[in-house]
Amino acid sequence: MTIKRALAATAAASLALALAACGGDSGDDGGSGGGETGGTDGTAAVDAATATSAEDFGGFEALVAAAEEEGELNVIALPENWANYGEIINLFEEKYDITVNSADPDVSSAEEIAAADNLRGQSTAPDVFDLGSAVALSSLDYFAPYQVQTWDDIPADYKESTGLWVYDYTGLMSIGYDSDAVPEPTSLDDLLGEDYRGKVAINGDPTQAGAAAAAVNLVALQNGGSADDIQPGIDWFEELNDLGNFLPLDPTPATIASGETPVVFDWSYNNLAEAKNNEGMRNWMVTILPGVAVGSYYNQAINADAPHPAAARLWQEHIYSDEVQNLYLAAGAYPVRLQAMVDAGTVDQAALDAVGATPEDLVQFTAEQTEAAAALLAEQWAAAIS
Amino acid sequence: MNHARGGWALLGLTPFAVYVILFLLIPTVLAAGSGFFTDDGAFTWNNMSGLFEPAILQTFVSSAWVAGFTAVVGAVVGALVCYALLGSRPDGMLRTVVDSASGVLAQFGGVMLAFAFIATIGIQGLITQWLLTSFGINIFEGGVWLYQVPGLLVVYLYFQIPLMVITFMPALEGLKPQWAEAVATLGGSRRVFWTRVAIPVLLPSFLGSTLLLFANGFSAFATAAALISQGAQIVPLQIRAALVSETVLGRQNMAGALALGMIVVMVVVMAGYSVLQRRTQRWQR
Repeated sequence: MTIKRALAATAAASLALALAACGGDSGDDGGSGGGETGGTDGTAAVDAATATSAEDFGGFEALVAAAEEEGELNVIALPENWANYGEIINLFEEKYDITVNSADPDVSSAEEIAAADNLRGQSTAPDVFDLGSAVALSSLDYFAPYQVQTWDDIPADYKESTGLWVYDYTGLMSIGYDSDAVPEPTSLDDLLGEDYRGKVAINGDPTQAGAAAAAVNLVALQNGGSADDIQPGIDWFEELNDLGNFLPLDPTPATIASGETPVVFDWSYNNLAEAKNNEGMRNWMVTILPGVAVGSYYNQAINADAPHPAAARLWQEHIYSDEVQNLYLAAGAYPVRLQAMVDAGTVDQAALDAVGATPEDLVQFTAEQTEAAAALLAEQWAAAIS
Repeated sequence: MNHARGGWALLGLTPFAVYVILFLLIPTVLAAGSGFFTDDGAFTWNNMSGLFEPAILQTFVSSAWVAGFTAVVGAVVGALVCYALLGSRPDGMLRTVVDSASGVLAQFGGVMLAFAFIATIGIQGLITQWLLTSFGINIFEGGVWLYQVPGLLVVYLYFQIPLMVITFMPALEGLKPQWAEAVATLGGSRRVFWTRVAIPVLLPSFLGSTLLLFANGFSAFATAAALISQGAQIVPLQIRAALVSETVLGRQNMAGALALGMIVVMVVVMAGYSVLQRRTQRWQR
């Protein structure tokens, strides 16, 4: 360990030297090339890695110029069919002259941070993260603060005050089901019935995946538990498993298309995406159980050691633009600027109507509650479902 | 002269030794060593004591159970296959086919094997659907066991039995016909030959092969990872969980402790194997 740390320190030090050298060079270039545009001059003057707003670059145009000069952006853990990320990435490449390298779309939030560690100083390290709250809050050292132009639209509780992390979108925990295979579930009790034998899956292992943990949390809340006590949720899944209704298979677009996983607890935007993907092949319906709903915002953050610092910041501007916020909405996720966009009339009304207003009784687990719930799951989940 | 030959032998060994040190020894030491440190690099016993939490102990028990069950069943079935093969001609078609098929199937693990099972006896699998539509038999009546520990037992046997065939067959072939003749000459029955000669001679090899199967089942990861996505009931899956979890954080170094726990089990098993192997070889010269 000590050896590894020493090596890492050496690597970091030599990298810093190399970067300093590069910085010096580009600074000289900027200075000598008198005929260059104002935008490029701005680039030369500012250190993109420490810029905390577009103004630091000398305005949005200068940020775009700096980002395009880098020419690339590394994103990680963004599946194309997750909350419209496929289109969001395409739009970014279309609008700006920047290639997006999308690595490991299916890894967990924890693995995003691990990738930042393992690839530190390399050109393939992730520039930006999209993280679950638990991982985001415990990884603050990895982030660079940045405030987007639409910063003021985002409620104060939904962002770190300097912009280390900012909520981007949330879904609701929903149940997707194949209406040809099973009847519509209208309550949790329905799922314990004969019709659902061996058919009910959740998206991942709740001791590992945030979406799956949220499914257990929803069941707990609907079953007499609370955000401080998710035991009823674990007990319910134990009963589901004892009845033979629990399907211990990780659902993917492939298992849904093949019919292996006819009932899936997952975020609404994922289930809605499946409905769209399977159009004409499978009647994938999405329902949100009446009563308490569970949501959980994901967080955007910039890697403090981003190999493309300007592009990373431009990506943030992109994410919080009206266009992309509406793309989240079109996928069935509630974007963080929703209220401001409704007020300003810039929201995609058709998409909002299709998704429906945010439910009255929406519970978000706090970091402490998530941690306590995760600890309980770690202790009991394996036994509950075996 | 002797000395010089030793030098050349050492030189010949170097590529292998370097390979083993670089790709086996160092990674193992680094991984297992990480179990003694916190995320910040400070020394700690916490991960080691974490090994003795009931939930973790339970996964070691399950792992041992899965490995033990598939090893014993695999060894018995595999030995019976070997015994049956003994009746065929050594260079005959049957023996050659079973031999080479076993050689291939013993290495047929991981995602491919899991997929093969999902495609045949998964929920939408060929056989599952055929049984359901033709005979109304639902093999998943009581729950979808393929994706839980019982599923592992079935799938592991698929590579355990062939492994037993290739490791145990040489021992059976080493049973010299002269021994049976000697017993007969001295007035012993077939039964006496088996109980007094064959079984005592074969026992070390049989137990050694069983231990090898145990080690094989105990350390298998990819097959289990491809099949089981809920619960992390066995140790290799716990290691995965500790490394990738986004809900239970800060357990990366616990993975090192778990790995060390597995290494300890493997060292004990493999030490037993080599002792038995030495006894076996006495009869194979």
